[in-house]
Amino acid sequence: MPVSVANSRLIYEGLKECDVRLVSALPETWLVHLIRMSDEDPEMTLVRLAKEEEGVGISAGAHFAGVKSAMLMQNHGFLAAINGIVSFAHLYKIPLMMLISYRGSMGERDPWQTQGGNVTEPLLRALGIPYFFLAAAEDVKKRMRQAQMLAESSLQPVALLLMRDLMWEE
Amino acid sequence: MLRIDCLRSIYAELENCLVVTIMGATAAELQSLGHRQNFFYLQHAMGLASSTGLGLALSLPEQRVVVFDGDGSLLMNLGSLSTMARYRPKNLIHVVFDNESLLSVGGFPTATGTGTDLEGIAKASGIPRVVTARTVETFTSAMSEALGGSDLTTIIAKVEAKGPAVYVTDLALLENRFQFRRHIQSLKLKH
Repeated sequence: MPVSVANSRLIYEGLKECDVRLVSALPETWLVHLIRMSDEDPEMTLVRLAKEEEGVGISAGAHFAGVKSAMLMQNHGFLAAINGIVSFAHLYKIPLMMLISYRGSMGERDPWQTQGGNVTEPLLRALGIPYFFLAAAEDVKKRMRQAQMLAESSLQPVALLLMRDLMWEE
Repeated sequence: MLRIDCLRSIYAELENCLVVTIMGATAAELQSLGHRQNFFYLQHAMGLASSTGLGLALSLPEQRVVVFDGDGSLLMNLGSLSTMARYRPKNLIHVVFDNESLLSVGGFPTATGTGTDLEGIAKASGIPRVVTARTVETFTSAMSEALGGSDLTTIIAKVEAKGPAVYVTDLALLENRFQFRRHIQSLKLKH
């Protein structure tokens, strides 16, 4: 599977440098190494979800507890989490650091991913969620720190879109 | 059995717990007994009260966490039962007030009124301790046991579809949210 181990490692190191202690996740091809790294790290609490919206509640609970968290999901998982984002994270000003694999964009081979790819950015904009692309290895850690900083200072969800150029090697 | 009587019977014991409630009648009734800084009322996002409790319980393993859920809310997020069971936090008590109704929005019947069995679903999801209470006495003893025990517990409390006269209070959502977090941070400083 040509998911980049090196760049997954870089993102994982970025999470650690952001002092993230809890990660919620649902499996998706591009996220396999990140989920494995979370699982193998004794300092990380990995919560494997049934549905991504649960992750909003879990991250809110962690925030109340003073624990920094991140959510790993595919863009279709972001779609599945939207009510929670609006009626919990936005309503109650909860910082969320969402790492979203951007499937269905240029270069996508799987037909079933393509519709979600079309609507990901329009939805982020409609919801007023600030987002960054993670496409180049040299930007990853800096952009993760900046995204977390904004989430914590503005008390709102932010998105880091994991791009094909970063995640996929072929 | 009335939900308010259940809440009243264990109100004193909630003092040292972190409490998360669902919206509507449950939030209003608990608040009517006296708001405390360790109570968080999730006034929307149906289904996520149990997930919030899970996030708290996993992040603060020394702290007892109590969630007051409802049948309508839980039915929106049944996957939460399997996620809670998977991580099995010993400090989490999940109470479901099952009135077989979406009371706060007009009393429409939920599927627990037509045969859906939340106790069975919780057990089959892997929740290690599941109790159904139909009297206040059973409820109180189930709660005491859970508060004194050391395993993840779901208590299904079968209550009448009756709520308070008013649902809105003068506690702003954000006031509640910031107060709740500040309270938890002050607890951590004491330890």
